[in-house]
Amino acid sequence: MKAPEIEFTFDGTTVTAEHGQSVAAALIADGQRTWRHTRIGGAPRGVFCGIGICFDCLITINGRPNQRACLIEVRQGDVIATQEGTGHAELSC
Amino acid sequence: MPNYPADQDRYDIAVVGAGPAGLAAAASAARAGARVALIDAGARPGGQYWRNRPGDTGKLHHGWRIFTALRDELHRRADRIAHLTQHSVWHVGPGDDESMRWQVHAATPDGQRRVGASALIIATGAYDRQIPFPGWTLPGVYAAGAVQALLKGNGVLAGRRFVVGGTGPFLLAVAAGLADAGADVAGVFEAGSPAGFARAPLAVARNAAKMSEGVHYTATMLRRRIPYHTRAAITAAHGESQVSGVTVAKLDRNWNIIAGSENRIDCDTVAVGYGFTPQLELALQLDCDTHLDVDGSLVATADAGQRSSVDNVYLAGEVCGVAGAAASVTEGHIAGLHAAAAVGAHSVDASALRRLTRQRSALRSFATAMHTTFPVASGWTTWLDDDTTVCRCEEITVGDVDDAITELGAIDARAVKLYARPGMGMCQGRVCGYATGCLVAARADRPTSADDLRGVARRPIAQPVPLGDLASEDSRF
Repeated sequence: MKAPEIEFTFDGTTVTAEHGQSVAAALIADGQRTWRHTRIGGAPRGVFCGIGICFDCLITINGRPNQRACLIEVRQGDVIATQEGTGHAELSC
Repeated sequence: MPNYPADQDRYDIAVVGAGPAGLAAAASAARAGARVALIDAGARPGGQYWRNRPGDTGKLHHGWRIFTALRDELHRRADRIAHLTQHSVWHVGPGDDESMRWQVHAATPDGQRRVGASALIIATGAYDRQIPFPGWTLPGVYAAGAVQALLKGNGVLAGRRFVVGGTGPFLLAVAAGLADAGADVAGVFEAGSPAGFARAPLAVARNAAKMSEGVHYTATMLRRRIPYHTRAAITAAHGESQVSGVTVAKLDRNWNIIAGSENRIDCDTVAVGYGFTPQLELALQLDCDTHLDVDGSLVATADAGQRSSVDNVYLAGEVCGVAGAAASVTEGHIAGLHAAAAVGAHSVDASALRRLTRQRSALRSFATAMHTTFPVASGWTTWLDDDTTVCRCEEITVGDVDDAITELGAIDARAVKLYARPGMGMCQGRVCGYATGCLVAARADRPTSADDLRGVARRPIAQPVPLGDLASEDSRF
């Protein structure tokens, strides 16, 4: 039996995922690979280690930046966004 | 201390990690009568090896029956085993008194939690060991374990057309899993030369079960017509916003590229892994002795009873040397029995202990044979350009590392870390620590030492913790 489906948004677009999937897995299944730009070179990043070790897959979930997309299970109604740099642009002047 | 429950949880034994080693340790300790806290970051037991989905039937897994038996025991002995899920352990240290010799600090979805125990069993496992190469930061280049985790834990294929590279038998498991799930695997590039494995026939004969796992993957490789190249490596990844191809090349014995052997392969996904790095931060926080294992990884030193050099701290599984799930289960049982005896459990099964000790010896010799067959040779350092990223977090390049060595006079990995910042980012050198240690040693024309790796493996706070939580910790920390 297929797991029940849930919906969340990524950068404003609605995405469907299976219950129990990580944020990273749900985004990759949707064809996404990049959801962060590094704070120095602005380079695109997504998943690398996939098990919570490398912190490459940092993402903003429901307004909170620096969440590891590979560890967190996606939930119905999550608002997920690409993270730019440290994810705290509002703190810089 | 706003985030802590009023009274701390106290147990005879705290086991950190609910993979093969931790599950076995908890089961054996509880069987012997001890009260156990099994503390793990995951939502479900299994660790990385048995990473599973809700309702998983085990189709993609090996040793699934061993896992379900351990999981059943966890449920059956719920009166003696508290399975604390989604507990991310960031520090272990001394407790307040004899009845709570050790304290485990964990971040949970509901705030901080401290668990006290008379004895600790560290079963924190390992993760993919990486060496950098040009283009390895492009999206679509994954650790081999990531591709596996996406598939086993989420039912998601990371791409369509894969190239798999690195060293060790795990590459076969990954490639076979991908192909079975419908991916196109353009090739596996094994930098080592597995033919050497035949030179350790005794270890092979004593491990028929491990071999049958290998035979299964090999059969899948043949059936799916996946090309398997030895003494060959992915030496660069190419692409703009994501990976679109790789350069592969033939290697000599020392892993230098054989000139003219380079080939370009189009692909949308790359999976790489050069063995595994044990997760040692908790053992290092406790000042447990460490040494360099035959595979070149820093490992924690355990005696015949899985005891570390620190009283009442036990080690099980990959933390004391990468040897696979079967060895981890065996060591977990041994550690659980000895720890239970140490905290005053009344019924330790001596014949079980003898049988487990024999098993461990066979599995460890198999692992040694594997490591001898799949060493990482230093020639990989010649694949790099000046602008190849070493530290993915801080975006530190090979040129930055070389500058710290030649201009600033750094002679070991720790000095390079201080001068050039590799390993100073969010992952705290978990990914680049091994490579930085090897690079510094290679530049000085000496072998990588345990001290090189120790210098980049210490992490007093093993996981990100909110500053407010740290501030509310007692001053002893």
